[in-house]
Amino acid sequence: MEKIVVGLKRVVDYNVRVQVKSDGSGVETDGVKMSINPFDEIALEEALRIKESGAASEVIAVSIGTSDAQQQLRTGLAMGADRAILVTVDGDIDPLSVAHVFKALAEKENAGLVMLGKQAIDGDNSQIAQMLAAIWGRPQATFASSVTIDGDTARVVREVDAGLETIEVDLPAVMSVDLRLNEPRYVKLPDIMKAKKKPLDEIPLADLGIAGGPPIKELAYAPPEDRQRGVMVDDVAGLVAALKDKGIV
Amino acid sequence: MAKVLIIAEHDGSALNPSTAKCVSCAAAIDGAEIDIAVLAASATDVAAQAAEISSVSRVLTIERPENEHAVTAVLAPQVAAMAGDYSYIFGPSTTFGRDLMPHVAALLGVNQVSDIMSVEGSHTFKRPVYAGNAIVTVEAPADSLLVATVRVASWPAAAGGNSASVEAGDASVEVPSHTRYVSLESAASDRPDLQTAAKVVAGGRALGSEEQFGLIYTLADALGGAVGASRAAVDAGYCPNELQVGQTGKIIAPDLYIAIGISGAIQHLTGIKDAGTIVAINKDEEAPIFEVADIGLVGDLFQIVPELTTALD
Ligand SMILES: Cc1cc2nc3c(=O)[nH]c(=O)nc-3n(C[C@H](O)[C@H](O)[C@@H](O)COP(=O)(O)OP(=O)(O)OC[C@H]3O[C@@H](n4cnc5c(N)ncnc54)[C@H](O)[C@@H]3O)c2cc1C
Ligand SMILES: Cc1cc2nc3c(=O)[nH]c(=O)nc-3n(C[C@H](O)[C@H](O)[C@H](O)COP(=O)(O)OP(=O)(O)OC[C@H]3O[C@@H](n4cnc5c(N)ncnc54)[C@H](O)[C@@H]3O)c2cc1C
Repeated sequence: MEKIVVGLKRVVDYNVRVQVKSDGSGVETDGVKMSINPFDEIALEEALRIKESGAASEVIAVSIGTSDAQQQLRTGLAMGADRAILVTVDGDIDPLSVAHVFKALAEKENAGLVMLGKQAIDGDNSQIAQMLAAIWGRPQATFASSVTIDGDTARVVREVDAGLETIEVDLPAVMSVDLRLNEPRYVKLPDIMKAKKKPLDEIPLADLGIAGGPPIKELAYAPPEDRQRGVMVDDVAGLVAALKDKGIV
Repeated sequence: MAKVLIIAEHDGSALNPSTAKCVSCAAAIDGAEIDIAVLAASATDVAAQAAEISSVSRVLTIERPENEHAVTAVLAPQVAAMAGDYSYIFGPSTTFGRDLMPHVAALLGVNQVSDIMSVEGSHTFKRPVYAGNAIVTVEAPADSLLVATVRVASWPAAAGGNSASVEAGDASVEVPSHTRYVSLESAASDRPDLQTAAKVVAGGRALGSEEQFGLIYTLADALGGAVGASRAAVDAGYCPNELQVGQTGKIIAPDLYIAIGISGAIQHLTGIKDAGTIVAINKDEEAPIFEVADIGLVGDLFQIVPELTTALD
């Protein structure tokens, strides 16, 4: 296989305690640390390992968003991606359109694999890989915790509710990766310098001529109902008594 | 009238309780007329179970050998072919539904609402984002088909006692062979299922080894409960992956959740926000798990858990 396309979404860092804005229009992102979606780092790491094993020749990192996402793409280049593409969006974009962007790029690049995260930790939607597989007409292997490339096919172990499911797919294919697939490498300083020289192309969304689906509107954000701190007990006898009190045991 | 099609989750013989939860969600839509689709190699047993769920009008069976295992590439085109005059197509937020439903949505050219927590209007829903740290109200376009997953932890299973009609559905489409099921590795167990158990005992990194994680199983058995785990415990190999609770594991809502040697990271708490009573046992009184626990006990789990097991047995 020649090329692997990897999605890198810019999201609020997973360590940030997210706050809903007081006017309910969204969550606070001013001055908040932004990072690559953690699942996407794992997807990139896997793509790099596949390339290093000789099964692919080029890894292309893709982000869809505003010019701020250059930062995440540069990190991806420092990790080892060969080049990056930023599809710039001025207004809004719906998830089906995001899937269409990946389809357009997969076809343009003649990709053998598109590797995405199992979910973006902001929207928690878990849908892009599945949508892409549908519109591209290629296999999907979601929630991957092990990937083995064997010529024109791949064997993927998937983390499903019942345990670990193994499937076999023909390439090209779409994968979405789970946390236990690998541990992403650390970026070293010289790699950051080298990454500055790697190509990062920008393509305006409009140039791709994409039509998505009717968008789902977000009306209002609210904080979740908080759980209250309860009582502390001193010992096992106290715990059992408290449970009996609540009629649980 | 609002015609809803729910895609049944099953393992070939038993209907998963997630299906009856989807029915509860669908029934919250005004004027809902609910059908369930059972796609299987042989659908008789599962269809009979689906027909018992209250509020269901019809159970539609699609039987073909390719449907023996739930492979999205095979199932999705059949579901899309059934869309017909339905206004809604629902599936559960389990890995089955998360894999299938966005694929169906894209085949039908629409976006998907993921993880419906509550129904606010015919096309208005609440759903969690940012690991449950925010709840967003979304509005889907009223003039197009709506494909969604239902957050199973937010809904009770609809009651039984119904006898809906079972009919053969129509979904004759070609299905691809580019995606092939190979095997399923499942830690078979007689314990209650984590996703539906009334009581769950969960262990974290503090258990220290697979052998010591046995303490969690013993306590769970004394309570007749299911076993859960933090990501750290799964990553360390103390227990299988299907026990992980949290943002990227299972989202559960048992009556009782006992967290043992689990610090209470945001990603873990996302999975237990809807639990009835949360009990935390941790040696660090500052552990964040105590901020959400209804009952907290500070101390060494290796001392407390055996004592508690004896007291409850
Ligand atoms: C500028 C902008 C405007 C938006 N406007 C709207 C709007 O009007 N209405 C609306 O409903 N939504 C809007 N969104 C949200 C957007 O449609 C989704 O966030 C979309 O990016 C898909 O994400 P998801 O959360 O559904 O992905 P998931 O399905 O949870 O993500 C799975 C994987 O897909 C890949 N991926 C997803 N998104 C991107 C991305 N942007 N770049 C690279 N890889 C990606 C990643 O690998 C990710 O791990 C907007 C987003 C942006 C960036
Ligand atoms: C994108 C992403 C997704 C994630 N998804 C999940 C998820 O779905 N589920 C999940 O659980 N995590 C998830 N995590 C990981 C999460 O952030 C935490 O790292 C993890 O939950 C920690 O597990 P733990 O509480 O077992 O371990 P630790 O945080 O190490 O806590 C161990 C606890 O045990 C206590 N302890 C130690 N010894 C004893 C003793 N002898 N007796 C009593 N108490 C003791 C300590 O005080 C400590 O509080 C995710 C992380 C990321 C980045």
